[in-house]
Amino acid sequence: MPDLLSLFLAKYNYWVVIFLMMIGLYAMMAKNNLVKKIIGMNIFQTAVILFYVSIATKHDASIPIIGHGHNGHHAIHAADYMNPLPHVLMLTAIVVSVATLGVALALAVKAYQQHDTLEEDEIIEQLKTDYLSQQ
Amino acid sequence: MSAQFPALIIIVPLLAALFVNIAGWIRRSLCFPTALAALVVSFLSAVGLMGRVMADGDVIYRMAGWDPPWGIALHIDHLNGIILILISLVAILNLIAHRTSAASQFTNRLGAFYALYLLFVTGLMGIVITGDTFNLYVLLEISSLSGYALLGMGGGRATLSSLHYLFLGTIGASFYLLGIGYLYIVTGSLNMVDIAGILPALENVAPVKVSFILCLVGLFIKMALFPLHTWLPNAYSHAPNPAASLIAPLTTKVMIYIMIRLILTVYQPDFAFIQMEIAEFIQWLAVIAIIAGSILAYKQNRLKRMLSYIIVVEVGYMVGGFWLGNAAGMTGAVLHVLNDAMMTLCVFLAAGAVMSRVQFDEFKHLQGLFGKMPYTMIAFVVGALSIIGVPPTCGFFSKWYLISGGINAGHYAFVAALIISSLVNVLLFFRVIEISYFEPFANHHHSHNHHAESLFQEASLDMLVPLLVTAGLLIAMGIYAHILVTQFIEPAVLPSLMGSL
Repeated sequence: MPDLLSLFLAKYNYWVVIFLMMIGLYAMMAKNNLVKKIIGMNIFQTAVILFYVSIATKHDASIPIIGHGHNGHHAIHAADYMNPLPHVLMLTAIVVSVATLGVALALAVKAYQQHDTLEEDEIIEQLKTDYLSQQ
Repeated sequence: MSAQFPALIIIVPLLAALFVNIAGWIRRSLCFPTALAALVVSFLSAVGLMGRVMADGDVIYRMAGWDPPWGIALHIDHLNGIILILISLVAILNLIAHRTSAASQFTNRLGAFYALYLLFVTGLMGIVITGDTFNLYVLLEISSLSGYALLGMGGGRATLSSLHYLFLGTIGASFYLLGIGYLYIVTGSLNMVDIAGILPALENVAPVKVSFILCLVGLFIKMALFPLHTWLPNAYSHAPNPAASLIAPLTTKVMIYIMIRLILTVYQPDFAFIQMEIAEFIQWLAVIAIIAGSILAYKQNRLKRMLSYIIVVEVGYMVGGFWLGNAAGMTGAVLHVLNDAMMTLCVFLAAGAVMSRVQFDEFKHLQGLFGKMPYTMIAFVVGALSIIGVPPTCGFFSKWYLISGGINAGHYAFVAALIISSLVNVLLFFRVIEISYFEPFANHHHSHNHHAESLFQEASLDMLVPLLVTAGLLIAMGIYAHILVTQFIEPAVLPSLMGSL
């Protein structure tokens, strides 16, 4: 049991990420309201972003800004600084996730204009009656 | 100039997307020529690039002058060179074919339609040309997001189907991103060639295995392999025709390309096929995909919906063939990527041409179409024969390679599934051909004296010409299949196979 606890504590960032991903997946699968599904999707994406940010940290490292770096005489040890690359990547990923959110909300607005509701089962019911009346 | 081909392929359609959007506000008639010109530049650059690859070997283009692995490199070899040509060709043919129907369907949104069209093509070209795994993710999302918007432009049922596709597509892309993250933890690199150099020296392969599985699951969702296919039929069959016949031939095929690229270049075939011990499982998954897709396709009574399920079947062919792991199977899979894009384009364009005249695509509305639009139906029959796999058309040759790969690997269930699905395809298409050839045109809306007038009503010329060109290409690709294989596909597949197995 202590083993399990230490395993959990040593890699807690992974557990947080998995927990968030599962919340997002649950919302996308189980919720009936389209906006709640979209919120779930955003939580899911955020989990991946947090995963990247968490893997950039190092023990006893500071932020990756070199103080007094102008005269160029300082020896720089990469181990003293956090890895900046995952953060930079995640700036791009955040832009992607905002764009995805935008497209999803635009489609949800369109669905609301067409069906006057955001509840998925009601929309599917309307589509079914439309289809049957066409036949 | 020719040194800048790799950049031009992506940047020209990207900038043109901006101009087209502006042109949509000022003069709508400028949209189509601008989009066409951008795609033609892309196509010519792709052809020129392929020539350079054939003459001097792989081309590595350093974006903004940064050397890999720090900068983003565009890496072009035989495999992606030929797929770049394919994507731009499909995009051009479909753009010309749907000029009038796009103009009538998207009247005041025409600029937005062409901008999304170009962004979608840009994304796919970028995915194929890039040598950087994270760059690939961003371009994947560019093409997917413009794809969701294009598919959702139809209204009606398209909105909800497109939203469902967006949810599943986002899950798939996030899984891919997570997989790349694990790979980054252990290698510290994002450049494909660089990662491939670091991976063999690693002692702890567990994170590499996790990253491989995560990437694969993400891509399986995006390419609609059978149990994960649920988004595809609704999204494609409810979408407006100009969008559906662009996205249906290209998206799944490019996702399969990413899988092939990751296995051949990044993880190496040795790791994927032997160390992972999942090849057997994925082959069976493909067998199930082929059989289940065939059954589901048989149950449909609408043309576009049936064609969408056939895409699910074809994904099973390519995944199964590639995971056989031998030269014939992999050659067949890559050849089928090329062939299937063209034949899906052919049948979707034919369906679009039919719907431009008949409005509906239920089978019962297809009666008498051979008399009404003979040239469209001839092209449809060529596409159908190619999907079935009848010799002069290209579908036969890729199926031949896939079957001989299955026999070489001793995987007879895959061979049996291929043959059974070919027979089901015969049933599927001959049912459509029978209704449209033997049953007379049912004149629901006109009285009898209008009958003679409605007898011959071929699709408009700008739709018919690309359709017939596509059908001709299917036969040409069949006749010259050996050139495609020996000149383009074997140089791409065999070296990485020799090195490791």
